[in-house]
Amino acid sequence: MSDTTPLRRTPLHAVHVEMGARMVPFAGWDMPVQYTGIVDEHKAVRQSVGVFDISHMGQFIVSGTGAEAFLNRVLTNNIAKLQPGQGQYTLLLNGLGGVIDDLIAYRTSEREFYLVVNASRIDADWGHLETQLTKDDDVLMANASDFTAGLAIQGPKAREVAEAVFGSAASFPEHNTILVTMTSDGPMWLCGTGYTGEEGFEFFMPMEAAETWFRKIVDAVKAAGGMPCGLGSRDTLRLEMGYPLNGNDLSEQRTPLQAGLGFFVDLDKGEFTGREALVTQKAAGLPDKLAAFRMTGAAPPPRPHYPVAFAGEIIGEVCSGTQSPSLGGGIGMAYVPLSAATIGSTLEIEIRGRRFPAEVVKKPFYRKPSV
Amino acid sequence: MSNVPDNLRYRDSHEWIDPTQDPSPVGITDHAQAELTDVVFVDPPKVGTQVSAGQQVCVIESVKAASDIYAPVAGEIVAINEALGSDPGLLNRDPYADGWIFKIKPSNPAEFDALMDAAAYGKHIA
Repeated sequence: MSDTTPLRRTPLHAVHVEMGARMVPFAGWDMPVQYTGIVDEHKAVRQSVGVFDISHMGQFIVSGTGAEAFLNRVLTNNIAKLQPGQGQYTLLLNGLGGVIDDLIAYRTSEREFYLVVNASRIDADWGHLETQLTKDDDVLMANASDFTAGLAIQGPKAREVAEAVFGSAASFPEHNTILVTMTSDGPMWLCGTGYTGEEGFEFFMPMEAAETWFRKIVDAVKAAGGMPCGLGSRDTLRLEMGYPLNGNDLSEQRTPLQAGLGFFVDLDKGEFTGREALVTQKAAGLPDKLAAFRMTGAAPPPRPHYPVAFAGEIIGEVCSGTQSPSLGGGIGMAYVPLSAATIGSTLEIEIRGRRFPAEVVKKPFYRKPSV
Repeated sequence: MSNVPDNLRYRDSHEWIDPTQDPSPVGITDHAQAELTDVVFVDPPKVGTQVSAGQQVCVIESVKAASDIYAPVAGEIVAINEALGSDPGLLNRDPYADGWIFKIKPSNPAEFDALMDAAAYGKHIA
């Protein structure tokens, strides 16, 4: 995207500004990075509840008698396993097995699927799906991204918020499920997912309805002890769970096997785009792997593109990195050769010319304390 | 509203320096700490370094980003605030006192006059 392209605004832009948010460019959108502070917002989600504007994300509706077969031909996970109302994390690959996008696919009915994709990849995903579609597929694709707003309500008190705004009789979308409701505002999709590691749901609706719902939900979130949250805490929350961010940790140059996402790839379900490359790579052995690391001493926070060294040699760069508000230290992920990727091995992160030690650790970085 | 003490001088990049003390402590303003939020690491300058006015001398890191800190005047760095090593949040909680970052022995005190006073800095951030 060129610098002269005006940033897009979600229907909640003015409300964010009114609520004191600091706005920053993200994936071509002018989005709130924080309202009060990243650490406060992060802790609100871990301890009570937060609400995020995710209207920048994309939504595709894929329907028809051939929808299941078509999606199983382009996505890595086995979509045939989904009953109506269920969803799964899955990946869209190019012919070389590289990741175009990671997304969540829901089966909303026997012949209809709802895909939620990354904002930065809407055009790439749509273009790719169109090239994969043939006339014989009997599939209808609709891109609802431009008409759809979304809110993510995340945290241990997300149920309390749902009850406050939808009423106690309403169903709560359990993990990896979707509830579609027709209302006077149009269709609403309630999805039992999130990007924080906490219980919660994502709520998609027609743009025109967004402001009313957002204000209502912010009030309920505040009443539950939480606050509206920006993309800053969304990033620290997802990284504490070791969830990848497309563009940082995923790219068309690396496969989901290298990214440690093999669990979401079903090599036995039949042919799909990129499968052959994955089978070949699996047989040959992975050239590198996304490793999670934690800074072991006092160090500046690791940030994307900082060089990573192993046994004295620079072997790669940080993909995602931040200060973990829950752990109080630096955490990050980087592609490193398998010899450097074993749990407990020592890496060095080069920050402004100085190297700071880090240890390869198991994901997630953060585990909820058992009650 | 941000606190802008009258007795300090300010750079447009939001450092303050206290000209009434010798050596002079330097820190970031209340406005700057509020903008940064959540300072998590201070990469201090080396004691004994000679710096010129406007030279980048150290880095402070918030969760969000790394920010350069510039010397308001020329001189020698004669002390750093060791307490920030274990408690960088002092920069947020007490930016004008316990949250000082380093002390500088000015080589040309006339340079203080090139800095903003409280009224000018107050306008700068308004």
